[in-house]
Amino acid sequence: MIAPRTLPRLFAGATNRPLSLADHEEMFKPTGHVTSLRDELDASGLIGRGGAGFPTTRKVELLSHQRGHKFVVVNGMEGEPAAHKDNRLLSTNPHLVLDGAEMLATMIGASRIAICVARDNPTVVNHVERAIHERARRNLRGPGIDLHTPPWRYVAGEESALVHWLDDNESLPQYRPGRPHILRIGRGPTLVDNAETCANVGLIGRYGAEWFRTLGTHDHPGSAVVSVTGAVTRPNVLEVNVGTPLSTILATAGADPNPQAVLLGGYGGAWLRGDQINTPYCNESLSAFSLSVGAGVIAVLPRQACGVAEAHRVVRWMAHESARQCGPCAFGLPALAEDLLAVVRGGRDGVEAIARLRDRCNVIEGRGACRHPDGVVRFVRSSIDVFAADIDNHLRGAPCAGARSNQRFLTVPALEHEEDLIWE
Amino acid sequence: MGVIRRAGMFVLQVNPILCDGFGHCAELAPELVHLDEWGYPIISHEPVPMADIGAYESARYAERGCPRQALHVAKVNAPAAITNVAMTPQKPVSRGRRPL
Repeated sequence: MIAPRTLPRLFAGATNRPLSLADHEEMFKPTGHVTSLRDELDASGLIGRGGAGFPTTRKVELLSHQRGHKFVVVNGMEGEPAAHKDNRLLSTNPHLVLDGAEMLATMIGASRIAICVARDNPTVVNHVERAIHERARRNLRGPGIDLHTPPWRYVAGEESALVHWLDDNESLPQYRPGRPHILRIGRGPTLVDNAETCANVGLIGRYGAEWFRTLGTHDHPGSAVVSVTGAVTRPNVLEVNVGTPLSTILATAGADPNPQAVLLGGYGGAWLRGDQINTPYCNESLSAFSLSVGAGVIAVLPRQACGVAEAHRVVRWMAHESARQCGPCAFGLPALAEDLLAVVRGGRDGVEAIARLRDRCNVIEGRGACRHPDGVVRFVRSSIDVFAADIDNHLRGAPCAGARSNQRFLTVPALEHEEDLIWE
Repeated sequence: MGVIRRAGMFVLQVNPILCDGFGHCAELAPELVHLDEWGYPIISHEPVPMADIGAYESARYAERGCPRQALHVAKVNAPAAITNVAMTPQKPVSRGRRPL
């Protein structure tokens, strides 16, 4: 058993190879005092680690009242290009994730588990495949586990897009007018949970809610897996106690101690100014800056970088990754990217662009089928606020040195040609 | 009697995936729909009382006139807007067969 209040939890016993089933069972021995999974999950207050921060127990509650042939979908798609947490988790301890998925399946009464990993990560796919084989030899009862490998796209990890892929081989988000909406594969109600959430469920099912709550804060218990990138000595995935000051996390990762800003939550997230990095890393404290932990991305932007230029690169890529289903997203996001480019270039066009940018943000927000455009709008708004002084310099025709240099800090994949994008 | 049926609220909803920006809805329901610069409808999420007959009728026109069938008039179960109906006591109306 892992002692309470210790880290690592999810990465306990991790080596550079995935844990075998025997090693995993040795490492994570159940204490045996957990009697009711549902009660423990209720008491643990686990919130989903995929980005939206939705309480897992509410999802389980919703699904357990449904009838039919149910599914549990483990989302290991890792849409964020800056995040590596699901890949790291699935390639260090895939069995913990699968355990959690099996527990969720027992709770809602699901008969099949689908674990989804992007096919662009063949190593992770291999590890998961091997883990599933190992289990198939051990236990023949229980829900069957299938591995699915959709193509990697930013929106393919969105839950309705993932379910659409499983249902119909298309990674496109679906329209959901009323919330909460129950996603279905065929006619079967489907529970979609992030891989890290499943791993946490696996821990709660073994050691109970009280043990789980020994780390983290009251409203946001447990540990969090964060991917630190940007101006760091080495991009890394760390497991941290929720509520640790952000500056401590950055110091552990070997980041620039005096950053200009820190991007939290991924490319649909928002910036935290460099002088606020003593904030505890949990949703309660971050919500004061209208931020959230999101998908666990922490991207550090150093002083010498140009925030507006980085924002433009990110928004241009996010616009390219739109599924082009909804007009406001298909046309609005490229328009936002063009406006940001005009701001980077400065001059009179830039002054017009910055006013237009705010209007367009208000127009686009909340008008897509999924939350992709909302995320981009949040990112653009926060970029305008946080880099306001820099934007003024750009508009006055004196762009910062970062904009003139070719050095870039955020990882943005190369843009593919539109016809080459694979959606199925 | 017609007034009773108009208690409640409605919202005009658009399925953004189906919508291709034909713009017919802005012609048919100008009081509910505005178009953005790319020609896609902007519709308020605020429920409109059913008692606003003009708005309801045009919402229905827009729903039926949409070439992509992307619009939907959704009834909202908000606390019913009290019109002047409840003031006068009314005889209960039986629908269908009378009890024996």
